[in-house]
Amino acid sequence: MRRTFPAALLTLSVALTAGCDRGAGVVDAGRANAATGPITIWLSTNQEEQTWGRAMTEAWNGRHADQRITAREIPAGRSSEEVIAAAITAGNAPCLIFNTAPAAVPQFQKQGGLVPLDSFEGGARYIADRSGETAEQYKSPDGRYYQLPWKSNPVMIFYNKEIFAHAGLDPEKPALATYDGFLTAARAIRSSGAAPAAIYPAPSSEFFESWFDFYPLFLAETDGTQLVRDGKAQFDTPQGRAVADFWKTLYDEGLAPKEQYTGDSFADGKAAMAIVGPWAVEVYRDKVAWGAVPVPTSAGKPPGQITTFSDAKNAAMYTACRNRATAWQVLKFATSRDQDGKLLDATGQMPLRRNLPATFPGYFARHAAYRQFADQAARTGEVPNVPNSVAIWQTFRDAYCQSVIFGKRPVAAAFAGAAEKVDRLAGGS
Amino acid sequence: MTTTAPPAGPVRRNRSETLFGRHPVGMILAAPYAVHLAVVFAYPFAFSVWISFHDYFFAAPGVVVDHPFAGLDNYRAVLSDPAVRQAFRNILVFLVVNVPLTTGLALVLAVALDRVVHARTFLRVAFYLPYVTASVAVVGVWLFLFSSGGLVNTLLGPLAPEPSWLVNANLAMPVIALFVTWKQLGFFILLYLAALQNVPGELYESASVDGANGWHRFWSVTVPAVRPATALVVILGLITGANLFTEPYLLTGGGGPSGASASPVLVMYQRGLQQGEPDFAAALGVVLVAGVLVVAYVNRRFLEGRD
Repeated sequence: MRRTFPAALLTLSVALTAGCDRGAGVVDAGRANAATGPITIWLSTNQEEQTWGRAMTEAWNGRHADQRITAREIPAGRSSEEVIAAAITAGNAPCLIFNTAPAAVPQFQKQGGLVPLDSFEGGARYIADRSGETAEQYKSPDGRYYQLPWKSNPVMIFYNKEIFAHAGLDPEKPALATYDGFLTAARAIRSSGAAPAAIYPAPSSEFFESWFDFYPLFLAETDGTQLVRDGKAQFDTPQGRAVADFWKTLYDEGLAPKEQYTGDSFADGKAAMAIVGPWAVEVYRDKVAWGAVPVPTSAGKPPGQITTFSDAKNAAMYTACRNRATAWQVLKFATSRDQDGKLLDATGQMPLRRNLPATFPGYFARHAAYRQFADQAARTGEVPNVPNSVAIWQTFRDAYCQSVIFGKRPVAAAFAGAAEKVDRLAGGS
Repeated sequence: MTTTAPPAGPVRRNRSETLFGRHPVGMILAAPYAVHLAVVFAYPFAFSVWISFHDYFFAAPGVVVDHPFAGLDNYRAVLSDPAVRQAFRNILVFLVVNVPLTTGLALVLAVALDRVVHARTFLRVAFYLPYVTASVAVVGVWLFLFSSGGLVNTLLGPLAPEPSWLVNANLAMPVIALFVTWKQLGFFILLYLAALQNVPGELYESASVDGANGWHRFWSVTVPAVRPATALVVILGLITGANLFTEPYLLTGGGGPSGASASPVLVMYQRGLQQGEPDFAAALGVVLVAGVLVVAYVNRRFLEGRD
């Protein structure tokens, strides 16, 4: 018995290893690209996007009985990216996912999970025509489009007008354009007791948190330079260190807390400011009397020259798709001018479409609060589309946490060490 | 009195006995669990050992990917990674706090619960409740307790640590160990309660006759009598520590401050799933399993092998 049991386990394991059918889910790309038929799409769990997605699906299905869409929510997981990566490996990813994070695209591409959209006739032209120059940021290093730039949430500084007034600051035109002005306002907020914190970005070490503290200000300071350019880290520069020093001052003086907050610090009145996208307009509508300004720069650039982080989510086609011709038509339908307008109406998120305010003048006339986000959407920077993208962001975040938030190392030393590692990672090693 | 000598020469076994052992029904009954073990544990473990010796990443079906043999490269990368080394040091801190505290408190509370007459069920449920409650649900309470403006610091007043507990590199891991101790205690109390039911009452009576007081009866009768349960509690405590993930992920924002509460499993998650390096994560997993096996073996030698 003692020998039989381990032997049985071993035999079964070997059998499983040998019999594991890696052929399941294999799709003939040539045939699939020309094939039409029913497809499945995944939408984010965001309620407003679900509403738009269901309406879009109904509109398509009403006209294409033989090529019906089945729309589902992305299955629950620790993050959408992990669920998608697992689905790619298992060969059961849907045809289209309308929630593909640009930072995850290099990994999905490496897995062989993405269909290059320029393999369809007119694909590259469609993307370039719709998004203009912005589309260039979403090209992969091989020059191809593995994602369709779909929608952005350009981040700005939201501030609580009541807290600002209580702190003796001008609630209508606060002086937040420069680092000095921002710090002066932050100190006034703390010293007056108007709020426990001036601003409360998540001080945690998840790789993506830098997109909502360091990176928007870095993009603004450098007029849109990405974290990595031409295979080299760009943050170990005077501009990068200036942004880091700005945040470090906020942490060192207790103007930004080092502990994480489990609720919504801005809605709860714990913080006077927050870095958010247009989704916040609806979320805070009845909770906070808010105003919005562009992110600060050291010299106080005019709003029209500020570049910020896009916080974009894109649409991509996955290689498990057997009816890719239909999927491509659905992708174009879902990102058409008509559907972009409906997306804007349902979610307040900005379609990555050039000249947005002029394209939907009626909407922005009716929703003035979104207008400045639409203006800002024309000047957004994206995460770099490079190999080891997530590892690069994690490397940067670790160095940022060590030096800027917790002060364990000098910023210059931490950034220099991280830049060296990022250079290696961006080179693919 | 006569005895019957066993037949001389080799014992002949029939074919079914050779195939299924001397207890074929038992084998049949155990087979589903064996299959479960093979599919859910043995196969993934064997596969991860294989991955750890190769340059590997997860690819879509049909994608031709070369997975060259990497020898010990992944292990070298794991053992030379500062984040991994810090994670193992963190776990050591966790174990030093958690295991003795869990073992001691669980035994003392189990003995007390065993003797309590009134509200026994209520107390047992009260101790067990944190164990069956998801960490996600109770982490908020601990954040409220240990944040800089939280209840603990309010009570401590000027004695409150600076930086506060969860952002203090020296205190974050001990707080996590305390949290896990509190959360797991109910389960270990149950283990000890079960073990206490098997301690013969005569032993306590004999000790009393010999003049032993309450402490002597506890130390000389109870503690040795529940030694197998203690071995189990310690091993389970070690395994819990080795698998630590949810608590640093939630309580200290992903292993903060600056990795001071990161665990090896958290690093595995970051490298294997978030950063797409399953080969590195697999090697780290194998190192972790080997470490747990060694420590569990040493523990077993000390706690079970002294009779």
